[in-house]
Amino acid sequence: MDHKQVMVIGGGIAGIQASLDLAEMGVEVFLIEQQPSIGGRMAQLDKTFPTNDCAMCILSPKLVEAGANKNIHIITNAEVQSVEGQAPSFYVKVLKHARYVDETRCTGCGICMSKCPVRIPDQYNMGLSKTKCIRIPFPQAVPAVPVISKEHCIYMQKGKCRICEKFCEEKVIDYEQKDELLDIEVGSIILAVGSQEFDAKLKGEYSYGTSPNVLTSLEFERMLSASGPTQGHVLRPSDQKEPRRVAFLQCIGSRDMQAGGSFCSAICCMQAAKDAIIMAEHLSNVDVSIFNMDIRAQGKDFDKFITRAQTDYGARFVRARVSSVEINPANDNLRIRYDPNDGGPLREEEFDMVVLSIGLQTSEQVRKLAAKLDIELDESGFVSGSPFDPVLTSRDGIFACGTMTGPRDIPETVMQASGAAGAAASLQAELPERRIKADYPQQRDIRGESPRVGVFICKCGINIASTVDVPGVVEFALGLPWVEHAQELMFSCAGDSQRIIAEAIRDKNLNRVVVSACTPRTHESLFQGTLQSAGINPYLFEFANIREHCSWVHQKEPDKATEKAKVLTKMAINKVICLEPLSPKTMPVNHDALVVGGGVAGLTAALELANHGCKVHLVERQEKFGGNFRDVHFTMDGQPSQEFLNALIEKVTSNPNIHSYLNSDIAEVKGFVGNFKSKIHGNNNDEITEIEHGAVIVATGASELETDEYLRGREPGVVTLRELETALAGCGTEELKEKVNKAQSVVLIQCVGSRCDERPYCSRICCNKSIKNALKLKEQNPDTNIYVLYRDIRAYGLHELDYRQAREKGIIFIRYQEDDKPVVTSENGALKVHIFEPTLRRKVLIEADLIGLAVGIAAGSENKVISQMLKIPLNSEGFFLEAHVKLRPVDFATDGVFVCGLAHYPKDVSESVAQARAAAARAMTVLSKDTIEAEGKVSQVRAECCAACGACVAVCPYAAIEIDEINRVAVVNESLCKGCGACSATCRSCAIDLRGFRDEQLVVAMEAIVEWL
Amino acid sequence: MSEEFEPKIIAFLCNWCSYAGADLAGTSRMQYPPNVRIIRLMCSGGLDPLYVFRALLAGCDGVLIGGCHPGDCHYTNGNYKARRRVAVLKSILKELGMGHDRVWLRWISASEGSRFAETIREIVTDLKEKGPNTLAQSWAI
Ligand code: FES
Repeated sequence: MDHKQVMVIGGGIAGIQASLDLAEMGVEVFLIEQQPSIGGRMAQLDKTFPTNDCAMCILSPKLVEAGANKNIHIITNAEVQSVEGQAPSFYVKVLKHARYVDETRCTGCGICMSKCPVRIPDQYNMGLSKTKCIRIPFPQAVPAVPVISKEHCIYMQKGKCRICEKFCEEKVIDYEQKDELLDIEVGSIILAVGSQEFDAKLKGEYSYGTSPNVLTSLEFERMLSASGPTQGHVLRPSDQKEPRRVAFLQCIGSRDMQAGGSFCSAICCMQAAKDAIIMAEHLSNVDVSIFNMDIRAQGKDFDKFITRAQTDYGARFVRARVSSVEINPANDNLRIRYDPNDGGPLREEEFDMVVLSIGLQTSEQVRKLAAKLDIELDESGFVSGSPFDPVLTSRDGIFACGTMTGPRDIPETVMQASGAAGAAASLQAELPERRIKADYPQQRDIRGESPRVGVFICKCGINIASTVDVPGVVEFALGLPWVEHAQELMFSCAGDSQRIIAEAIRDKNLNRVVVSACTPRTHESLFQGTLQSAGINPYLFEFANIREHCSWVHQKEPDKATEKAKVLTKMAINKVICLEPLSPKTMPVNHDALVVGGGVAGLTAALELANHGCKVHLVERQEKFGGNFRDVHFTMDGQPSQEFLNALIEKVTSNPNIHSYLNSDIAEVKGFVGNFKSKIHGNNNDEITEIEHGAVIVATGASELETDEYLRGREPGVVTLRELETALAGCGTEELKEKVNKAQSVVLIQCVGSRCDERPYCSRICCNKSIKNALKLKEQNPDTNIYVLYRDIRAYGLHELDYRQAREKGIIFIRYQEDDKPVVTSENGALKVHIFEPTLRRKVLIEADLIGLAVGIAAGSENKVISQMLKIPLNSEGFFLEAHVKLRPVDFATDGVFVCGLAHYPKDVSESVAQARAAAARAMTVLSKDTIEAEGKVSQVRAECCAACGACVAVCPYAAIEIDEINRVAVVNESLCKGCGACSATCRSCAIDLRGFRDEQLVVAMEAIVEWL
Repeated sequence: MSEEFEPKIIAFLCNWCSYAGADLAGTSRMQYPPNVRIIRLMCSGGLDPLYVFRALLAGCDGVLIGGCHPGDCHYTNGNYKARRRVAVLKSILKELGMGHDRVWLRWISASEGSRFAETIREIVTDLKEKGPNTLAQSWAI
């Protein structure tokens, strides 16, 4: 094959992310989606935990980007029929179902939808509302092309109607369209078809389907959404009244042997907490109760989110599995019966509405696809690769990511997707060939033209329109000087809106554009791309933020919000008139990489980069590679782990592309994406090596906490899990080995130093580590009594199966409360554990021969130094803070720097590997390019005003300004300038300005405010 | 009083922290009074003190300058520059009797939506007590 092609099957967030990464690495992608639009489940979510970002708002730019990318061929309404061949040559037959609309010519105007007389249940809203038989699945759909459902179309069923055809101006309706069979040859395949929700009807005892007031979590998610069936109003379906008491029942179809799966769905606890918070924001007077078995808040900032739901929003977490939900016929309320687990009798409570947190399961589609592709699934039906490397499948050249590999949340899905993309791309060749350039039309030269401004005011569904009088703002804008065109848009970020904006630019010969919508931080580049596609310089654009800074924060003052929206829009219009076209410099990219940290994450990332053909500098502080994983001795199913590590180290050290620096630290990092210059300090010989590289991966890990709780350090029988595991594997001191072998009674205590005031987070891996070690102890000596003292068992996802196994093997789990921790005492070395047993409702005493402490994980102490060196932020616990917790989990706001492994947050080895692969893939999106564009908004000197005083030189943090001694003038090096503006604020003669933020540009914006004064 | 005085505030926020904090206040639907208009700068260190003069002279009742917390500036030390500049600026304003107490410099990080909303509420309350800025009337410029 002359150029490289990958097929991505499944167009949810996983498939989209994988496609975008591949495209950016220069690989051509065929993205196959079964539904008529890409977007998947995430498109249906209202908000995302733990930041409560609007899901569609962060997804929609990705949809548009995927739709516009010339390297990505999106094939929707399609499924894979067969796959032949093997890596690196697969022959795939794809069946593209008829859509009855010509995709290539449809403009997505939507007139057909408005005229169609047939109303059918809207799947996007989970059937809670109606849509038309010919419809665009949702406003932001990509492609924004309608589809006809044949079984409902009266023309296709009864031969009469053809209304849509009559009204379609472009004549693109084609009732005769046939299914099409496509033959596609690719080098590798990425599977990303996701999962499906448990069918709540299978649990008849919860009255789902019999009471309209029992909803599934996904239905409820639609109800919360402003674009949903009730425009975001939470209303009880039976009487359309606001509910006062709402119950969430967790684990419906999860952790359940009878129905659904025995595993945990990993996301529902957080989803319920999120829904509780959003609901409390929507309704002033609502009581939310969440009935759960354990609160599984194992991710970054999850525990804090749960606490917020409890303390700030009054959510009540009740630890109980509900046995039944009964309808009270008098008022359609729902009676819930549950066992409070305190030894007392069953309890009953009444609620207005019940939400069932339905679990994730593998789908029929996954099973069929697995059979066609001949890849293995595990007992629960998820794709099972290697326990160490979740993106691999049992077949070479085929990778998997997202929830089809097990239940997981969006960031983990995105990490796996990037990881799979990297793996698929590296398989094919060394440094990818140059990609097909996005061929934007030539930019129109607007010199000499007077400003012709186009203004687009977004309604954002009802997010803006329900507070701000959008038509009023449009009218106001139309009355302003230089405004040639103003209109409202339903969702300005939708693909269709980009077409409308581009057309307006062309038709009205606009040369400047203002969009009043959400925040430039997420959406500016989207609209800049639209300008470019319409032949306008992307810098002739200005954003007014009338959502985050207006409609959302002044919900109760619509008049003032409208006035503010007008001023904000006018500020943007004033500014855009003064903007000038910019052409950023292009800079060469150095293809080498620096990886800091040689644990599993760093090793994996380095190897992956080397496989792509990059030269890698791998720096490890210790004498040996391996990091924390050197103390992990066996997997959950008892397989030895060190073989994996040793093989990995061997591959790294023998790879000619990787230069290892053991016993070394980073002394200095200078430069910027594509062009870093760093110094590596050898700690043994004090030698400094200077290197140049284009990207940095931070994989500095984290460490086990030191503790003196529970007599640790004073009693030899109190050990950490790490020590216990070492002894169980036959390593470590003889004394401890003997103790472990002889122990008749072992107590493992969870959450030592985690989830407390100093470290209000969960260390994520300890529950599973305890279960693993407990099982091993049982295996070695079945008579040992093992007690695990815990607060919540966070055996998230498929780990639940091990938890179940542990209980079946007779390991005893006892819950304790944070304010009533177990107490360990010693009488001449005889250890005793005192704990309150909640089901017995009394204190019990356990005599222990050995106590294992599940000690938490603390962020590395060197993180602070690295964060300052690379200008990347840390969170309050000292872990690195990624660019976006949901969709950019390995990136930083600083370009060219990426994170993986425990430096980001505690995680297990397979998660570290997936993230390391992702970091390498993201780094490859930089390193595979020959040039990158510098910042466009850089400083510029007005030579005629400059006195060459040197004040700007002194304040510039990047040494980007020099004085040209011959001409006596300051000169900006545009490839070094980062555009902070410090120089322009300093200059005494107003001789230096930051482009895009020039004095006059800001002053005119201020003038709009002054008028309001 | 016939109608309550509504102070008018301009906020200069750095793109990386404070502007993002204001965004977060929005995503979290934290309600605060609609008395503020935000101008986005790349960094608080890019704020020319002249803008503050201009705002006050034009009759703006209060000015907020928002930057990243010390040590967190995206451009290493822009916020330290802002801190120094604002200190000097305030002392000049004080000398001239131009309302040095109408200028606020606050560190607001990207995760502090509530701090942003809180700051606006606080400034509005404070300015309501102080009453309108009369500079625009007393200075004919
Ligand atoms: S970037 Fe926020 S203060 Fe400099």
